[in-house]
Amino acid sequence: MRRFLFVLIAAWAVCGTVAVAKEAAPMIRDPEIAGRMAHLTQKLRCLVCQGQSVADSGSDFSNDIRREVEKLMEEGKSDQEVIGFLVQRYGDFILFEPPVKSTTAPLWIGPFVLMALGGAVLVIVLAKRAKRPVEELSPEQVAAAERLLNDLEKEGKDS
Amino acid sequence: MKLRFLIPLVVFVVMVGFLGKGLLLDPSEVPSPLIDKPAPQFTLSELHNPGAKFASESMKGQVWLLNVWASWCVSCRQEHPVLVELARQHIVPIYGLNYKDTRPEAAQWLRERGNPYDASAFDNDGRVGMDYGVYGVPETYVIDKKGIIRYKQIGPISPSVLRDQILPLVQRLQQGSPT
Repeated sequence: MRRFLFVLIAAWAVCGTVAVAKEAAPMIRDPEIAGRMAHLTQKLRCLVCQGQSVADSGSDFSNDIRREVEKLMEEGKSDQEVIGFLVQRYGDFILFEPPVKSTTAPLWIGPFVLMALGGAVLVIVLAKRAKRPVEELSPEQVAAAERLLNDLEKEGKDS
Repeated sequence: MKLRFLIPLVVFVVMVGFLGKGLLLDPSEVPSPLIDKPAPQFTLSELHNPGAKFASESMKGQVWLLNVWASWCVSCRQEHPVLVELARQHIVPIYGLNYKDTRPEAAQWLRERGNPYDASAFDNDGRVGMDYGVYGVPETYVIDKKGIIRYKQIGPISPSVLRDQILPLVQRLQQGSPT
């Protein structure tokens, strides 16, 4: 038991040092820049860990981007200018939300086109169905249906 | 047979086509916005000779490769023999951008594995790497005589990529007129 505890504590200690080694992000002094950065880095994709934003990621790539964004903001660059700087180097892919232009038009318009198409098909099908004449039953068919209904009723009473 | 029963089949085939294509794409390869754009200019001290400067400007007039590498980069080891072999053939000058490395470790690395580079620029803080949109090492740029980036290889250069893509491109660019 004592040995087990020792291993556990040792493992915990090792994990602890690793975690400490990871946390080295420098503090941002200016609260206004900190706020702008927090907002902007949420919208940037970390290119080495593509599911994550630059704000969420602890990768070297994201650390570099954050450092650069902070530097640019301290130099007085606007958010748009910072985004322009990054897109020029890494392409639109660094933005989670692709900008609207001719190559990305299908992305932005596509869903609405598909929805309109689906809606049109639905309307046409429903209109056709509404126009279809209701078939009149022949007297024999009416008699047969009544017989069946009567049988059902009888069965219901019997049980 | 009514044709409308074929609709699900057609939809299925189209979907398989899209999904199959998506499966074959490599999501880590992000298209570079720098292709066909002027290569960012930089001047850095040389790896082996801190006093000497390497200026990308000085490469104007010839086709060259810029290979981003680091001693800490694992895939660079895989790529390195390909570069050493290419350098031995003297087809195209290869310049290194030693990315976020230390001089002793980088120099040691080249001593052990051979140095294919005419020179390596020492990009200690990765600032020049950022101008080139480097996000994964190794990366290799083919830059033409006018200083325009014509190709970017993300990840290690394999012998087949070198043979089928990079070398034919280099030859084409070398035959083009210098300005």
